[in-house]
Amino acid sequence: MTRLAQGQPRPGRGANLPKIGALNPKALWSGLVSGEGGAGDRMVPRTGATAMLVLLTSGAMAFLAVFALALTFATGRLADRWAEGLARTMTIRITAPQDVADAEARRVLDILAQTPGVAEARTVSQEEMQELLLPWFGPDMPVDALPIPRLVELTLDGGGPDVDNLELRLEGEVPDAVLDDHTRWREPLVTAATRLRSLGWMSLGLIAVTAAGMISLAAQASLAANGGVIRVLRLIGARDLTIAGAFVRRFTRRAALGALGGALLGMLAIAALPDMDQAGTFLTGLGFTGASWLWPLLIPVFAAGIAFLATRRAAIRRLREIP
Amino acid sequence: MAGQPLIEMQDVAFGYRGGGTLLGGMELALQPGSFHFLTGPSGSGKTTFLKLLTGELTPSTGRITAFGRDLAELGRDGIAALRRRMGVVHQDPQFLDHLPLVENIALPLTVARQPVDVPALKGLMAWVGLTGHAKTLPPALSGGERQRAALARAVILSPDLVLADEPTGNLDEEMSMRLMQLLVELNRSGKTVLLATHDLNLIRALKPMVAARVLRIAGGRVQLAGADL
Repeated sequence: MTRLAQGQPRPGRGANLPKIGALNPKALWSGLVSGEGGAGDRMVPRTGATAMLVLLTSGAMAFLAVFALALTFATGRLADRWAEGLARTMTIRITAPQDVADAEARRVLDILAQTPGVAEARTVSQEEMQELLLPWFGPDMPVDALPIPRLVELTLDGGGPDVDNLELRLEGEVPDAVLDDHTRWREPLVTAATRLRSLGWMSLGLIAVTAAGMISLAAQASLAANGGVIRVLRLIGARDLTIAGAFVRRFTRRAALGALGGALLGMLAIAALPDMDQAGTFLTGLGFTGASWLWPLLIPVFAAGIAFLATRRAAIRRLREIP
Repeated sequence: MAGQPLIEMQDVAFGYRGGGTLLGGMELALQPGSFHFLTGPSGSGKTTFLKLLTGELTPSTGRITAFGRDLAELGRDGIAALRRRMGVVHQDPQFLDHLPLVENIALPLTVARQPVDVPALKGLMAWVGLTGHAKTLPPALSGGERQRAALARAVILSPDLVLADEPTGNLDEEMSMRLMQLLVELNRSGKTVLLATHDLNLIRALKPMVAARVLRIAGGRVQLAGADL
């Protein structure tokens, strides 16, 4: 007896589908270097719109990724520099009338000379003070006339001095002197730099996710536009991986090429920024140093990996719909 | 004594979702080297019947075996491998329009990762009378040329079985006979051929040329046609 027929096109059989999550380095490499124009690649027509979309998207994302990477490295360096540099110095501020301040500064220097953990101590000169205040008061302000405290800068040695003892001694011998170990403003700065570095990594992650989404959309558009091609290939006995491979190779190569162009442009733009040594500020420090210039060159490889996975996933999903 | 059938259907039924049973209780055994016509009025299920054999459709009940393998047990790669052992010619054959004809005909070799034997390919194109169209893009071909190209593509992997679904539906009488002769030649070379057509005159014209059985789909069942044909 014939059961009520519920026939339908042969569905995809999940158990027999290839694993789509796995990144096969051999296939990825093949996608990057195998020649365009082989019969396998020619199975898929070149579609200008999606080709340009993938090239531009991966190029733009790589360009942005270079800056995000530079930001990450710069904030990392900044955090390290602030943490390390400020931890190696302390300041003693002497707030006293001019005629007394010089004598108290000398006394402080004497005390510091006897204090273990202090490698060097010096009074910050009037010229240096003027230079420090120049950005706020301008060149015409008579700084001499201002009640500016004397500053003594300490460079620390080893673990530094016993801060509590030093503070007690200063309090007893030079009551106008106040020790500042920079903790109060060093910690927020280091925290800010560390958070900026985290934001840089998050930006890189977002760029990767956005690139994957865009490439996936472009791949889906291409797969939809080539539905007829895929059906013909299935009917003549092409395996899913053979069909998917033709799309994956093309998109992987395009993404890698676009990202390479974008990364190189980004590196040129970074290199064109003012030298960080000239001003030493955060923005001019946005760049790569030494071997870190190699990091942006990894971006095209990551872009290729992202395109490989995104296209492969989109292709296998699409193929499941075709018997 | 007959050998193992290439294709065997056992109590196969099929119906489209929500459409009731289109075909039911089908029994069939295609012996190697045989030639079968499959006839029946339009809409009787000839195309559906062929799609069941190629794994494009899954039967509601029953069992289909091809080359000794149960189709229900084949995965997608298994179905793809099965199709490489079958050459299929559709009424409206589809090609990759961006590739020249010669590459379209050689496409099954590409997907099967087999090398192209250029002299054999040229010979095949000459056999179907398309020697001068190697670089022609498919949209520029006439209906008859497309059918012959489809036949060349269907047999390039030297399949054991050739299925043809109304291949002459859009052709004039002369072109239809030319295509039929190619199918008869294939059968004489040992290939098993199943030709679906509603054109009884075509069957009558071919019967003297080939020892064929005629199957008729009627009332949702496949029957061996009588002497009225």
